[in-house]
Amino acid sequence: MAKAVKILLAGEGGQGVQSVAEIIAEAANEEGREALYIPNFGVEQRGGVSIAYLQIGDEPIGAPKFQTGDIVIALSDRAVHRTRQYVGPQTLFVYDSSIEGIDDALPTQAKKILPIPAIEVSKKELHPRVFNIVIMGAVIKATGVISVEDARNAIEKKLGYKFEKNPQLRELNFRALERGMELVAQLI
Amino acid sequence: MPDKPIEGEKRVFMTGNEVVAWAALAAGAEIMYGYPITPQNEIMHYWTRLAPRYGREFLQTEDELSAGFTTCGGVLAGRKAFTATAGPGNTLMQEPMSMAEAMRLPTVVVIQQRGGPSTATVIYSQQEVTMTTLGGNGEGLRIVYSTANHQELFDYTIKAFNTAWKYRFPTFILGDGYQAKMRESLTIYDPDIRGIELVQAEPFLGKPGVPGVDRPPTQLRNTYNVEEELYEVLEGYFKDYEKIAPEVAEHEAFGLEDAELVVVSHGVVSRACKAAVKELREEGVRVGYFRPITLRPLPVKALRETAEKVGKFLVVESAQGQLARLLKEAAFGCPVEMLELFKPGVGITAEDVVSRVKEITG
Amino acid sequence: MSVQPAMPKSWRVDTKPHKFCPGCGHGLVLKALGQAIDELGIQDRAVFGCDIGCSLLAWDFFNVDTIQTHHGRTTPVITGLKRANPNLIGIAYMGDGGGYAIGSQHLVNAAARNEKITVILVNNTQYGMTGGQMAPTTLPGQKTETSPYGRDPEKTGYPTQGPEMVAAITREGAYVARGTVANLRQLKNYLKKALENQMAGNGFSFVEVLSACPTNWRTNAEETWKMVEEEMPKYFKVGEIKVPGGQKEGEANG
Repeated sequence: MAKAVKILLAGEGGQGVQSVAEIIAEAANEEGREALYIPNFGVEQRGGVSIAYLQIGDEPIGAPKFQTGDIVIALSDRAVHRTRQYVGPQTLFVYDSSIEGIDDALPTQAKKILPIPAIEVSKKELHPRVFNIVIMGAVIKATGVISVEDARNAIEKKLGYKFEKNPQLRELNFRALERGMELVAQLI
Repeated sequence: MPDKPIEGEKRVFMTGNEVVAWAALAAGAEIMYGYPITPQNEIMHYWTRLAPRYGREFLQTEDELSAGFTTCGGVLAGRKAFTATAGPGNTLMQEPMSMAEAMRLPTVVVIQQRGGPSTATVIYSQQEVTMTTLGGNGEGLRIVYSTANHQELFDYTIKAFNTAWKYRFPTFILGDGYQAKMRESLTIYDPDIRGIELVQAEPFLGKPGVPGVDRPPTQLRNTYNVEEELYEVLEGYFKDYEKIAPEVAEHEAFGLEDAELVVVSHGVVSRACKAAVKELREEGVRVGYFRPITLRPLPVKALRETAEKVGKFLVVESAQGQLARLLKEAAFGCPVEMLELFKPGVGITAEDVVSRVKEITG
Repeated sequence: MSVQPAMPKSWRVDTKPHKFCPGCGHGLVLKALGQAIDELGIQDRAVFGCDIGCSLLAWDFFNVDTIQTHHGRTTPVITGLKRANPNLIGIAYMGDGGGYAIGSQHLVNAAARNEKITVILVNNTQYGMTGGQMAPTTLPGQKTETSPYGRDPEKTGYPTQGPEMVAAITREGAYVARGTVANLRQLKNYLKKALENQMAGNGFSFVEVLSACPTNWRTNAEETWKMVEEEMPKYFKVGEIKVPGGQKEGEANG
């Protein structure tokens, strides 16, 4: 029996980690898989690091939060510090390569550490607004929890009303998804 | 006549608070009274958006005392009324629910537990077990369902209205911040298509006819002049409660046939326990799983039968032994050793449970 | 042979004589209320809620559906009932401790929301049921069990001006008055108007009633009436304070 894949996303407010977790969870649900997503919330969240706990599997999911993630993604320096505790010997730790001064804070026990230039890629090649979709691409490439088609459908479902008005946005988002996948593929 | 809130059934992916709002609609709840407190707020948010479409009402009160007492008023008028609260709000809620116990009012209260004591955290705990089962200056004349997942949150919220109106004891859904805020899939449905008959509400006060002319007046009180008067009323209540307890009590269990150790938990923690017990059993560890779904009344018979034949209970909860105290009382005299894994105000994972069991079994 | 006094039709005869102490004002207030209910013909629609304190002794007073609640909580119970079934006429009956101390947040917020209910608050300047402690309405210098040397306003404040407060926080549509057991005709008139205001769906209606507690005041009949008629009105002005769209009692036409 395959255990559920445990994904932890952490970043600053506005980086969109919650929306990424939600879109992936909904896509997995659409596929008929079991998905559970819970944000940190309340006082914990105000002014702090935004964390999304996401689990996807084929059996009903156990506890909503977990101690060790299969993949942990940190998108700011504070997020790197905050998420070290979720990293174990089997964890793939992904962080943005533009974050400075965190070399000492990076987890040492991870199975693999992947720096990806997601912020830079979204800013230079795409648009800063699709940064979270780049991250989404990275997550699905690294975990395989949903297929590219399902990811596209989920994005369409979530943002379709915007694409209606501006079809270029659709292309931009889909390219962001591809780029996110490529960033991880190069490293694995 | 507004359409049914849910036609047929459908698979959805939503937060627990949204689930409660849909379930209350499906159960025919007519009015919600509430006061903001995290983590139950979105029950009100969804209810206030959905209710007007189906001719239902909402009142935001000045505090939880008022939310509880207006809920009593709504029930007295013959409406399916409910409220939701948490933590310090639950503390205040005990006063009105004590009146509901004294007058056998079928109120429904959803509790989304948060950390305690005091304001503590707005996140999560299982620290409102003692208060929700035995709160107020009374004897626990109430029914408490502790749910573990969104499907149950939906099923048991509907059931809570039926239980309350059928037996006339205040009824609680005991959830928590995790269940409130997390999203997972479930199937919501029109109770009709599942053959669930909704118990009809009826007014306590304001029935047809002129009181004293066409019918005697209905005069309800919770105050008595002499000790014997109170005693007589309570004796009647205890008899009723004892009679319905076996009908109401529910539990879930597996692996008891060969278990030397049984992991006992409730609510969201039982998800971790279930996963841990399954994993351990696959490894050949003789461990079982027992989960009371009703915390009040407890499934005493099943619990005692289990406690008679297995040597050890491992009680797992996100509180410092609030469930354990209830279990010890229920299993008093049984030759069972009670071991513990208590993490007050903190979530418990399957890994936690596995390692604690291995520590015990060696 | 004594002459049986005429009882309001809405009184429940088999529970009389009532349970209040000799000289207590509650019987008089409830008589005026009974007459108002009779005259409005609402015995079948009225729901009477009574608080904790001496008001609870009215739990079987009327041939009207009745709910006896907790201390201070009659206002939310009747609010919840009225919200759930607006056809009912909700009456919340309480003392000064219930309305102005432990239940003040409910009174303030029900008034501010303009709940379509009628609150009747009996002011006898102290807590009667619990044995005569100081209340928000105790007069300066008045001796009670918890102000044995007389209420010192420097330390414990001045008597709460309830109707004035309610008038200040309600919008147009509210009815607010202060009556007295020393003038039952006027009191019945106020209570009737308060109920009519609810029936018309105008808004919140509130009547404070100056009443007597000779038991805890430890006063004889003459002293009791002096307190009600002379001492209390020095702090509590009798009359209508807010009348929806209309004229207050006693104001000249034209």
